[in-house]
Amino acid sequence: MDAMIKRGWFMQIKEYLPGLCFFKPLVFMICLLPFASFVSGAINQQLGPNPVEAMIRGFGDWGIYFLLIGLSISPIRKIFNLNWLIQYRRMIGLFAFFYVCLHFTSYIWFEQFFDIEKIIKDIIKRPFITVGFISFLMLVPLALTSTNKMMRRLKKNWGRLHKLVYPVSILTLLHYFMMVKADYLVPGVLLVILSLLLAYRVVVNLKK
Amino acid sequence: MSIIIKTARTHNLEQGIKSSEITSESDYLNRREFIKQSGLLAGAAWAGGLSLPAMAGESEYGNDFEGLIKTPYGKGESLTSFKDATTYNNFYEFGTGKKDPAANAQQFVTDPWSITVEGEANKTGTFHLEDILKHAQMEERIYRFRCVEAWSMVVPWVGFSLAEMLKRFEPNSKAKYVEFETLYDPKQMPGQKRRVLDWPYRDGLRMDEAMNPLCFMAVGLYGHDMPNQNGAPIRLVVPWKYGFKNIKSIVKIKFTEHQPVCTWNTTAPKEYGFYSNVNPDVDHPRWSQATERKLGTNFWEPKTKTQMFNGYGEQVAHLYKGMDLTKYF
Repeated sequence: MDAMIKRGWFMQIKEYLPGLCFFKPLVFMICLLPFASFVSGAINQQLGPNPVEAMIRGFGDWGIYFLLIGLSISPIRKIFNLNWLIQYRRMIGLFAFFYVCLHFTSYIWFEQFFDIEKIIKDIIKRPFITVGFISFLMLVPLALTSTNKMMRRLKKNWGRLHKLVYPVSILTLLHYFMMVKADYLVPGVLLVILSLLLAYRVVVNLKK
Repeated sequence: MSIIIKTARTHNLEQGIKSSEITSESDYLNRREFIKQSGLLAGAAWAGGLSLPAMAGESEYGNDFEGLIKTPYGKGESLTSFKDATTYNNFYEFGTGKKDPAANAQQFVTDPWSITVEGEANKTGTFHLEDILKHAQMEERIYRFRCVEAWSMVVPWVGFSLAEMLKRFEPNSKAKYVEFETLYDPKQMPGQKRRVLDWPYRDGLRMDEAMNPLCFMAVGLYGHDMPNQNGAPIRLVVPWKYGFKNIKSIVKIKFTEHQPVCTWNTTAPKEYGFYSNVNPDVDHPRWSQATERKLGTNFWEPKTKTQMFNGYGEQVAHLYKGMDLTKYF
């Protein structure tokens, strides 16, 4: 008991919390909360005067947030010696893909009403949509190869393939910057975070 | 509808209390009396001298302006709700989010207010808003409003003809353009603390555009004083142009010989032209202008086709005869 107190609350959380059987499902449910709030907002008509915009923007925001959370797992794990965090990387990555899919789906559904010709024209004609679409396409193979089976099958190539997440996150943020009219504060903050996360990897690689 | 009225009343009440904390209450009441009286006078002039045109349906949203003339403009249009029109705003002086202006503009003091008139005109100087409103014939016009961001609304504005006001300043022959400027006051307008745009916000019109009878100086909407977030106490409404041309909280009017500086035009000249007429055939580089999303429609509802000059072509198309509108967008 004494020993436990001396080791402090942080160490306790670090060691015992992830061991609890409900912890992973709890994280899963928390990741679903933004989706749930949009669904309930849509049903109760609480998404404001322009619900389509609220939905497309909202899902896009969460796609970026989850990408950045996913990218911060490795650095946090190493810096704070939280090895168990690695168990959550796949889940967070798939949630990023989930919200990006919702972002894309709400665009082709509520913005374009499945007019394929218009969608293709839009993707070709508007650079910010082109960039967003490319980064979406690059995410697809990452999601498809996220299973244990694929990991084993691809061996060394799995790691190489999943380095795609770096260009994906850069393109995603570029997509955000390109759609902004004048106020770059929010994408600017996200860019600072992404830069730190990428810089950490560069430094680690140089040390090797 | 009852909810809308309630919101409007509460809002006005709040505005009254807050203004009177800073300005003396009699001053505040004076402005409102002016507005009402001028409305009454104008109403008498209209009824006496002119035949009454078909009126828009009796307002369901109340009316603070006695004797307000209802005009046939926008007859048959279904109005955007008061709540949507006053909680979804682009007014970067109070923040760049759509909800920011409604949240951050409530303390904004719009009384006393004066407008400085400069440049190529005989009657220049600084005028109290009351003195400008004294001459105004208050009327209500229902206009379609089309934002450059491809959303739109239908709003019953209360105000008066821009041309009638400009004439009183007696612009001279050198006055080819008229420039407007929004208040610059970062203490009251928190959005101006960051250099998101090149403050103060400026915009302008060619003189013949400004003299078109459609141009409107609005001091209210839905029968109430202009809410702060919608550009109180006085703003421009040019219904055939994109929303950002409808400059808010005006403190300066300048008659010029040369095309004035317009804030969005200088910020991104390839995206926002000086004219910025609503035009479904000229896309914004980043999105199509062919359709628009009406505020308050749900996401499964189809978008609305955007009309050339926002449907006001009959009144304004002649202003741009012979001009290549893909070049002068």
